[in-house]
Amino acid sequence: MKKLFNGKYTLVIVTILLFIVMYGSGAAAYPSFLSLDVFLNLFVDNAFLMVTAVGMTFAILSGGIDLSVGSVIGLTTMVSAHLLEKSHMNPYLVMIVVLTMGATFGTVMGFMIEKFKLHPFIVTLGGQFLARGLCYVISTDTINITNPVYTSLATWRWYLTDTAFINVNVMIFVAIVIFAVYLAHYTQFGRTVYAIGGNEQSAILMGLPVARTKVLIYTLSGFCAALGGVLFTFYMLSGYALHARMIETDAIAAVVIGGTLLTGGYGYVLGTMFGVLILGTIQTLIMFQGTLSSWWTRIVYGILILVFCLFQRIFEANSKKVRVDTQKRECADTKEREATSDAGGTATSTISA
Amino acid sequence: MAVKAKGEFYKSSIFWALLALGLLLLFNLAATPGFFKIEIKDGHLYGSLIDILNRSSSLIIIAIGMSLVIATKGIDISVGSTVAITGAMAALLIGGNLQIVDGVQTFTTNVPMAVAILGALVLATAIGLWNGILISRIGMQPIIATLILMVAGRGIAQLLTNGQIITIYYKPYFFIGNGFLLGLPFSIYLVLIVLAATLLFTRKTALGLYIESVGINPVASRVTGIDEKKILLFVYAFCGFCAGIAGLIVSSNVKCADGINAGEMFELDAILAVAIGGTSIAGGKFFLIGSVVGALLIQTLKTTIYSIGVPPEINLIIEAIVVFIVMNIQSAEFRKLVFRMKPAKE
Repeated sequence: MKKLFNGKYTLVIVTILLFIVMYGSGAAAYPSFLSLDVFLNLFVDNAFLMVTAVGMTFAILSGGIDLSVGSVIGLTTMVSAHLLEKSHMNPYLVMIVVLTMGATFGTVMGFMIEKFKLHPFIVTLGGQFLARGLCYVISTDTINITNPVYTSLATWRWYLTDTAFINVNVMIFVAIVIFAVYLAHYTQFGRTVYAIGGNEQSAILMGLPVARTKVLIYTLSGFCAALGGVLFTFYMLSGYALHARMIETDAIAAVVIGGTLLTGGYGYVLGTMFGVLILGTIQTLIMFQGTLSSWWTRIVYGILILVFCLFQRIFEANSKKVRVDTQKRECADTKEREATSDAGGTATSTISA
Repeated sequence: MAVKAKGEFYKSSIFWALLALGLLLLFNLAATPGFFKIEIKDGHLYGSLIDILNRSSSLIIIAIGMSLVIATKGIDISVGSTVAITGAMAALLIGGNLQIVDGVQTFTTNVPMAVAILGALVLATAIGLWNGILISRIGMQPIIATLILMVAGRGIAQLLTNGQIITIYYKPYFFIGNGFLLGLPFSIYLVLIVLAATLLFTRKTALGLYIESVGINPVASRVTGIDEKKILLFVYAFCGFCAGIAGLIVSSNVKCADGINAGEMFELDAILAVAIGGTSIAGGKFFLIGSVVGALLIQTLKTTIYSIGVPPEINLIIEAIVVFIVMNIQSAEFRKLVFRMKPAKE
């Protein structure tokens, strides 16, 4: 138990506990919180945020940030709506086009960050302006989507009970989380992202493909934002230049509440998932409560970020102590292993971490 | 400021901002007739240039505060929210009613205007201090510490105004954002006062050097005897104070306090102004004049777009393109690649 609260999963566990406490208090106040449909609605309503936050998690893990995601979502809804309704393009082709567009958008920003050593904050800020500006160029009005494929995908529901259902957004929510966990922990890309966030110079010295990975991080983030945009299009069934305003702050908030350090190098996709769910629960709670005004949502978000950052500081102070302990232990382990392998006469020097 | 040799000047960052501003003005000379015309009406100066100066005043003041913050390797993304909160506070304190006493119109306030202005500025400084405490005492990262208020700040502003847009009816208050003094808009004098005071305190005392040294290496600064926590506390409080002045100008200019839209995107514009002006986001150096030029460039760009009749929708795109161009040219790596120039020795 002690290890649980001092180990590397501490912050994620706190996030999960907070989610349980919040959801539990919701259930205590409003019994319908315990019904499956309220729970599933958390996933339905926040799928686009989750997908976007996955890209943001990787950007922040590497010590960067992507401020353009909200605008890219807006641009995706706009381009999708325009291509579907004005150009009557094949809907599946539209999806491919917007996803490629998002990925390309991210790649160009990543290239500038990597190649010209520009600060991600400034580059993605420029990207934010550009994407939002492009929205206005397409149209300043709302474009409603009536394309049969889009509407059927948006309204397709698999009913588990009479009222609780799973839709396309929920399935993509789950799929992206699994994909992101795989990417972060079972691929070279993921390991390099963590290494860059830990110490970029060391990562370069270790011979990791830092330059390529840094570009790819923003490609991924752009792609995720575009995918989030596609989900948002399903959700709203319209394109509008002001769609998904300020979503970047929500995504950053979810990542931070999920326990990822903004200095990079530490954090988990699952933490981000619970971060998103916590933000969703707050919204649901304020909706259920009924009398609280909408601006309380933002204030509570702010308070939560504050509480989490304070907690992270305490955790960091503690983990310094832990790190020294683990280093000692690992040192002893390695010596022990070397001793045994020498005794066995085998020359296996590959000790997997 | 940091430019020593003349030959190095073209490699310095502020040069590119000045060049961009110059080109933009030159473009206006050709494209917008009467852009440089300044008329005197009722003893006031009127013209596009005066208008640019007036409109950019709040951005310049915030950019000055932001320069110091960025010099310490920090960032303050809560300034837009601070502008909204300050405006809401000032509007609440002043309120203002039109009363007709014996056929004479008189404007009354909830509290005297001086108290309201002071109250709003104290609140803004307190917001800055809060950011400073989180960063210097608790050791949070600047971007995340100020993110808290960026997210919650507009909620707080709406809480103050109860979600309404509060209209201010007290005429003397409008002087801050709309008044003229000796023929020039009053806000320009505010900019000059803030700029002169900041230049004086940072360049004629050791404060500027301390700020830069904290940005370069906080630990080494502490070892040399600089109280880096106090410096950090000061720069964030100062940045909050600057945002407060901007909040007063904005709310006075539009005669109302709007919790959602007041100071929208200010944090981003201010950071851009600072970056365009040659202050590196990585900290360690600041160029106040550069930031002023950067803010002027952003406002000139906006005014130009409106005056040449391009639909305002394209505004953001052009702004983004200019940002990308200026940013890339400032990057030593980019110049090396494109112009085969050596990076500036600084």
